[in-house]
Amino acid sequence: MWAVKNAIKRTLLYITVMIFCFFSASPFLIMLINTFKQDADLYRPQNNPFIYNFPPTLENLELLFQRTNYMIFVRNSLIVGVLVVLITLVIAIPGAYSLARLTGQWGERAGIGIFLVYLVPPTLLFIPMFRIVAALNLNNTIWSLVLVYPTISIPFCTWLLMGFFKSIPRDLEEAAMVDGYSHLMAFLKVVMPLSLSGIIAVIVFTFTLTLHEFVYAMTFISDSTQRTISVGVPIELVRGDVFFWQSLLAAAVIVALPVGFVYNLFLDRLVAGFTMGAVKG
Amino acid sequence: MAVVEVKGLKKHFGNVKAVNGVDLSIQKGELLVILGPSGCGKTTLMRMIAGLERPTAGDILIGDQVVTHLPPRARKIAMVFQSYALYPHMSIFDNIAFPLKARREPKDAIRQKVEWASSILGIQHLLDRKPRQLSGGERQRVALARALVKEPDVMLLDEPLSNLDAKLRASARDELQRFQRQLGITTIFVTHDQIEAMGLGDRIAVMYAGQVRQIGTPQEIYHEPADTFVATFLGSPPMNLFERNDCLVGFRPENFLPPGVLQPEDKVTAFPFHVGRVEYLGSDRLIYGTIEGAAEQNKTISKLPSTITVDIEPDKVYEFVVQAKDLKFFDKNTGKRIEPQPLD
Repeated sequence: MWAVKNAIKRTLLYITVMIFCFFSASPFLIMLINTFKQDADLYRPQNNPFIYNFPPTLENLELLFQRTNYMIFVRNSLIVGVLVVLITLVIAIPGAYSLARLTGQWGERAGIGIFLVYLVPPTLLFIPMFRIVAALNLNNTIWSLVLVYPTISIPFCTWLLMGFFKSIPRDLEEAAMVDGYSHLMAFLKVVMPLSLSGIIAVIVFTFTLTLHEFVYAMTFISDSTQRTISVGVPIELVRGDVFFWQSLLAAAVIVALPVGFVYNLFLDRLVAGFTMGAVKG
Repeated sequence: MAVVEVKGLKKHFGNVKAVNGVDLSIQKGELLVILGPSGCGKTTLMRMIAGLERPTAGDILIGDQVVTHLPPRARKIAMVFQSYALYPHMSIFDNIAFPLKARREPKDAIRQKVEWASSILGIQHLLDRKPRQLSGGERQRVALARALVKEPDVMLLDEPLSNLDAKLRASARDELQRFQRQLGITTIFVTHDQIEAMGLGDRIAVMYAGQVRQIGTPQEIYHEPADTFVATFLGSPPMNLFERNDCLVGFRPENFLPPGVLQPEDKVTAFPFHVGRVEYLGSDRLIYGTIEGAAEQNKTISKLPSTITVDIEPDKVYEFVVQAKDLKFFDKNTGKRIEPQPLD
């Protein structure tokens, strides 16, 4: 009786898990399948969308790689992403650490203040930001994005890391200092490894942000060779009311798969990172 | 030779005078206990010796060198924190090796020293584990081993036994003392537990409100308290105090005895003792009551070992006696110890 109950329980569990797996995987699946479909196959509603009714084709990839600047977009996105992640880490880590260790009420207040900055939406800021970018002669270059994206990422990441640093007992740093390290080395040897989850969360958050951000990327740059994926792809593959669906989907999935794969390597740490920041912040 | 000297040390946090003028001198190989209630400044004092807190005024010397403004790493000290502060992301081996790696010692030397320290403390079998897999007692040993490998001039221990359960604490205390004697490491031990202090210390410095009230051997502190704070802080139950002839008279509960117990030739002072309540604690009897005729309502306790079998009943008045040598006198206003005064 008990065994039967247990079997039913497990079966239900597996069915649920499978539904969720399919749910998470289906966008990638649809994108992959459609990448190789011919127009005639895609646009006929009576065709089964999950199989090839006509032979698959490489034409859509050809369009993407040879008649758009896709590889340049990918390169630009990578440069912007990596640089913004680095800038964010270099500023948010020491900032968050100082605020976390600041005694009294001001650390907490400053942290909340910094977080409030994050809540101001880009749709409100892009016009004044454009004036700044223009004044610095950075419009039409990827450097405008390298300059502006940290204004979104740093406040959030500082706030997230503050929670992490606060959760690390001061005793540990002091022990490292008594054991023979300077304050800076104690931070690097003890605090940093213990906040790795938070730092990975920060990297993922920032990189994702630079990949999908649209408003700034759209307004600051009009030169096709300076565009990033999030703007370049829709602009070049949506012409008037013609959507080059297969190529659009291919452009998305080619970027999404490796990024998703890398994020998955750190999945446990990542979940710990975001939830801990949420509770502790 | 003094290994550590503290001169006129002060630490003020805003208006709070955490440490307010402390002078100490700790001899080589000595175990000095700093004892005091929580908030008396004992931990701040130790943190200043360690270099984790910057003094407001005063000087600290370690091994004849002024270290007041040196960072912790430049002082030849080791410290065991109350929380043990083991690095959670490192194995026990790496934890113990950490101070040696900081000094960039060669690998073989590190391995050798870690093995030496861990064998002294009996933790060789734990070296591959992580701190979270260890019990409280094992963590404490690891913290001690980490302090030991540095071969410090002074070892600072901040309430290292307070996170252990009562049973373990007694054996850890015994072990700690044995090992300190064996290695002859100069040690400063901070605690609020008088039993730890009495049991471990070569000398005890009793602190209260940022100042050292008395320094001495456990015997001196217990039998010849310098003021009423020391007198009532040590001993369980504490010293009885009451006002008589413009000064405070004190005696320990175990010296307050019913008549007939002492030898007839002993010089004694008698007090009429109104018994309120009697507690049987197995090895002892605690008798709570008041001394009649004292200046104000007072609470007095007598502690009788079970070897004294005289019947004591509540709500009766007995003539209890104290030997003259066990009576201590204190100034009524300052609480300082004064010369014996004639009673009556």
